[in-house]
Amino acid sequence: MAANPKIIVVGGGLAGLSAVIKIAEMGGQVDLFSIVPVKRSHSVCAQGGINAAKNLKGEGDSTWQHLDDTVYGGDFLGNQPPIKAMCDAAPGIIDLLDRMGVPFNRTPEGLLDFRRFGGTLHHRTAFAGATTGQQLLYALDEQVRRYEAEGKVTKFESWEFLSAVLDSQRLCRGICAMDLRSMEVRTFPADAIIMATGGVGAIFGKSTNSVVCTGSAQSALYQQGCYYANGEFIQVHPTSIPGEDKLRLMSESARGEGGRVWVPKTLGDKREPNSIPENDRWYFLEEWYPKYGNLVPRDVATRAIFKVVYEHNLGIDGKPMVYLDLTHIDRATLDRKLEGILEIYEKFVGDDPRITPMKIFPGMHYTMGGLWVDFNQATNISGIFAAGECEYQYHGANRLGANSLVSCIFGGFTAGPHAMRYARNQQAASSNGRFDNERKRQQEINAGLMKSDGNENPFRLWRELGELMTKDCTVIRYNKNLQQTDAKLVEMLERFRNVNLSDRSMWANTSFAFTRQLYNMLQLSRVIAQGARMRDESRGAHYKPDFPERDDKNWLKTTKAYFAADADEPKFEFEPVDVSLIPARARKY
Amino acid sequence: MADTKSVLFKIRRQDSPDSKPHWEEFELPWHPGMNMISSMMEIARNPVTRDGKPTTPITYDSNCLEEVCGSCAMLINGKARMACSALVDKLEQPIRLEPLSKFPVIRDLSVDRSVLFENLKRVKAWVPVDGTYDLGSGPRVTMEAQEEAYPLSRCISCCICMEVCPQFNEHTGFVGAATISQVRLFNTHPTGAALKRERLEALMGDGGIQECGYAQNCVEACPKDIPLTTSISEVSGAVMTQAIGDLFRR
Repeated sequence: MAANPKIIVVGGGLAGLSAVIKIAEMGGQVDLFSIVPVKRSHSVCAQGGINAAKNLKGEGDSTWQHLDDTVYGGDFLGNQPPIKAMCDAAPGIIDLLDRMGVPFNRTPEGLLDFRRFGGTLHHRTAFAGATTGQQLLYALDEQVRRYEAEGKVTKFESWEFLSAVLDSQRLCRGICAMDLRSMEVRTFPADAIIMATGGVGAIFGKSTNSVVCTGSAQSALYQQGCYYANGEFIQVHPTSIPGEDKLRLMSESARGEGGRVWVPKTLGDKREPNSIPENDRWYFLEEWYPKYGNLVPRDVATRAIFKVVYEHNLGIDGKPMVYLDLTHIDRATLDRKLEGILEIYEKFVGDDPRITPMKIFPGMHYTMGGLWVDFNQATNISGIFAAGECEYQYHGANRLGANSLVSCIFGGFTAGPHAMRYARNQQAASSNGRFDNERKRQQEINAGLMKSDGNENPFRLWRELGELMTKDCTVIRYNKNLQQTDAKLVEMLERFRNVNLSDRSMWANTSFAFTRQLYNMLQLSRVIAQGARMRDESRGAHYKPDFPERDDKNWLKTTKAYFAADADEPKFEFEPVDVSLIPARARKY
Repeated sequence: MADTKSVLFKIRRQDSPDSKPHWEEFELPWHPGMNMISSMMEIARNPVTRDGKPTTPITYDSNCLEEVCGSCAMLINGKARMACSALVDKLEQPIRLEPLSKFPVIRDLSVDRSVLFENLKRVKAWVPVDGTYDLGSGPRVTMEAQEEAYPLSRCISCCICMEVCPQFNEHTGFVGAATISQVRLFNTHPTGAALKRERLEALMGDGGIQECGYAQNCVEACPKDIPLTTSISEVSGAVMTQAIGDLFRR
């Protein structure tokens, strides 16, 4: 039994740092692993804000209403008790962040300001300009730096998680990781580990995610025996800026502050957007969804844009693009509330969105599914916990905007103390034999990759993977295509054996690290494709034209994939959803 | 012409911290919207130099590709800036890519900037909260105070202000503008001000704020338009006041 347990946290975004802070506060020792310096984690990309029913606008908002919006927005696929716990904790989390110095926007009275976001009729979203994720991450990063200065936290930045070390009873005793500079493989003992490794955007090639969001760590654990839940639920954000290297997010807050989505009513309208009169514009979201208008949930908005572009054939210039228009809002308001995102558009596209409507299109954005966890954030392998986007717990079949930041922090705040409790009750490991075995296993994988001299370039293989997954596993899904996708994934795994690293050096070899991630991406892609193939219904972000209705009788269930090592493929189980608080009802915005 | 358009790159390569740098040239087909990162991704898919010699993909730091994580700072045509927001169409060719010059090279364009994070530790760049348990709401803040703090809080730790500063070098050990600006941020926060004395003290003496030569390069190069020189003069004044006060207290 360890009085001051050692906990390993993998990932330094909001969820990871939240866990670290709780553990340090409880007297634990933390080893914090991250591919990038933690201050550069993907959480910085979150723009619009963080939800909490503080009810500071006299609208009668409540945490119960937050729960209802979240559950309804997620099309009833989320287990309700942990969602309720999150919504109840959210106002306190905002207060804490405020105390930590997050420069939230203010009202004239000096109180926190709140704005509208998708999937709710209340002003529930606290925000710091349009760089809320960055501001929140910095606040937590600063608190962790404080603990680091006090010697309670040791950072291993530029280290990549490879696998968990499991003992003979399949209890987790630590991790195996690789130094991304020296490429050295080492094991690290711990009394418990917490995974906080984010989403899987890279599986779709181009997404709004950061470069490190490959899902490699989750996939490695899935291959070691962790359940992976609801993999088929992938959020495609309605408004992103298409780019050569990635899709850049254009925050929902643009619509929260009054932005309107439209296309010219006639195909081939060559006029500049500003000179197209109101009568010749089609504000299709406002027409189709009069109550929520431009603030319908993301899955709904994304499908509407697809319909306008591909069925009505009304994309701008016949291309897959629609206008997101802020030009009717005064410049001072835009600069005060949205500057960060306007700047992104200006820098990367070259037009000023204060003057010209933005051209946007849906892009892969968020991973609702993830490592299966119980209400204490524990995976099915003892000693392994998970928090943040890498687990599946809070968003059901579709995440509401501004709920991700709160779920990351709440998840971390829950995982940290539970990992500590677990660790304090844990017997010490009997021998270190397993550590050597795991290290050797990983070193052999590395040696094999280094020797492999086929003709497959890993980066080209990745591009193929991304195009395949984006085409068949995002907005519109057909069983025939999903079946073919899985067959192609098997083929790609076969081709992976012929991978050729054009770089065989043992120093800061980024191609080598990437190629290891690619293998894990391929394995996890099968979970996504097969999960989507099996679920014959439409729910939240999962939409099948051949099965257009939600089917609660057969599919009000969590998908749980596990890896069958012998067959080298995923197997599936299904678990009923806990709808004990709010009975499922039809979802109509 | 349009379909044969290509883009030329000259990239400074260095295999390891101790090895000698060398240049390699690449010629890529032009696409609309190309930036430095998409170009280097293209090189990774086909790692061959302009004269047909097989080579290795370029090692560089990157993550968000939206100019908010601060990773991909490098010298582009001699100018320190973020690679993700550097668009090919706005640059003269051949486009020269080099690592930042004042930080140890790890490999190719990737450098070690941990010095900034160490500096932030030294000046205690945090708000000393009592704990994460429920203690009610934070201090009231006026809209004006928020509007002053927010730009300072957008520093992405890219270290470009340090790269372009003539005083930031081994001789002076100068802490650099980013850290000084963070001192201003935390000293003006109602709770953060509790550590004001310690922060200012950390900026006294060798390598401290006195090393600033007011070249103003930092404020011009900052990709986030942070008012760095204002921060330096404000903090400088506070350091001076405290130093004089300390003299009399002795």
